[in-house]
Formats: sequence, C-alpha cells, structure tokens
Amino acid sequence: MADMQTPLRKVRGLGAAGHGTSEFWRNRVTSVALIPLSLFAIWLVVSGLGSSFAETRATLAHPVVAILLALFVIISLDHMRLGMGEIIADYVHREGAKLTLLMLNTFFTILVGGACIFALLKIAFGG
Amino acid sequence: MSNSTATRPGMKPRPVSPHLQIYRLTPTMLMSGVHRISGAALYFGVILVAWWLVAASTSENAFATANGVMGSWLGLLVLFGFSWSLWVHMLGGLRHLIWDTGRGLEKHTATKHSMATLVGSIVLTVLTWIVILFAGA
Repeated sequence: MADMQTPLRKVRGLGAAGHGTSEFWRNRVTSVALIPLSLFAIWLVVSGLGSSFAETRATLAHPVVAILLALFVIISLDHMRLGMGEIIADYVHREGAKLTLLMLNTFFTILVGGACIFALLKIAFGG
Repeated sequence: MSNSTATRPGMKPRPVSPHLQIYRLTPTMLMSGVHRISGAALYFGVILVAWWLVAASTSENAFATANGVMGSWLGLLVLFGFSWSLWVHMLGGLRHLIWDTGRGLEKHTATKHSMATLVGSIVLTVLTWIVILFAGA
C-alpha cells in the first residue's frame, strides 16, 4: 500500500511508538550523568570500608554525600528501567507476558528507588 | 546443507542468515553480549545497595547482618561480580557514546575497542579490589 503520509507528518507523529527517540536520548543523558556518579559511589564504598555503624551513618548523613547518592540511585534506576524495558521488548513477544514484565519492571525500579531514598533521608534527618 | 534458498525457479540461491552456532565468536559480539548481561546483573545487584542502605537506616544489628552477609566469601564473590559488571558496563557505555558521534564503527577499530573494554574492565576491577583489600586490612 502506498504511504500517503508526508515526512513532516511522520515526524509529528513521532513514529510507531508515539514518542520518537525520547527513550534513546534519556538513555544517553542518564549514562553520561552516571559516569561521575558511579565513580563517586565506588569511591564512597571503598573509602568507607571497615567503618563502624555510627561512622557510616555520619558519612551518609553529610548533605553532599546524601544528595549525590540519591542522584546516583534515582538516575541508575531510571537507566535500568530503560535497559530492562529494552531487554524485555527484545526477547518477550507474547503480548500479555510482555506487558506484565514491563509493568513489573516499573514496579521493581520504583520500589527499590523508594526504599533507597527513604533510607537516605531517614539517615540524613537523623532518624 | 540447506543454508541457502531460491525464491524463484532458476534464480541463484540467496544466502540466508546462518544459525547462531555457525558464527565464529568475535570480540565485538562477545562485548555486545557482555554489555547487556552486565546491565542485567547491575539491575539485580541494586537490591544489595538498597538492602545495605535500608539496613544502615534501621539498626546496628541490621547493619551488622548486611555487612556480615556481604563480607562472607559468597558475598564477596557476588560483590566482585558486581564491581566487574559496573566497570565493564561503564566502559561499554563510553563506547556507545563514542559510536553516537559516528566514530569507532570501523571493523578493526571496533574490534580493538572491544578488546580494550574487556582488558580495561578487568584491570579496573582488580585495582578496585587491591584498594579494598589494603583498606580492609
């Protein structure tokens, strides 16, 4: 069948998925942000080895540490949700299973993110 | 072997994609797979991060339990894999960012970068653990 849509119309419709290259771009933006944040997280873990409970909490309560760790967690999980969504779309072709897994992917990342942020805030605010 | 097919009578048989097992494993293929698998490993590894943070926010006992499990030989093995996944996925991600600029796609360059990703990630992981062992000692 002849395609009657003009290229402009297709661009405005943002392709078959309806949201064009937004996920591709979000993947790149989060990956760039995660390079320094991951290096910070690795440094934090390695430098904090052997610290006591009180020392660890004091470190985690520092605003700079708390803010950077919160960003590391949130941006990692956004990046992970995109990546796992891509893996599911690649390998799971049955519609019901695919939608279920995509939903679980969202639930899992938000649950883990929520738990991490709650823990970080509780420590930061001295709970 | 029927690894070619003719679509019309008299037409030269067209090549079809060979089965996965016929391919020779190349560094680019290997590192493509490793990038995805390490990403998936990090996805589940984040549970450990959440557990550790929640334990640190709960009680001294919960924190000691989390540290005890992660400090066991099995825990350390998992953390070693976690750290390698992080490094190899980070270097693989850098390659993706380079590809986005249109560079590094030529066959021999891509093979060299694949090898560099693998070797670099192993070196960085070993260095990380040398620091960990010295700090822990």
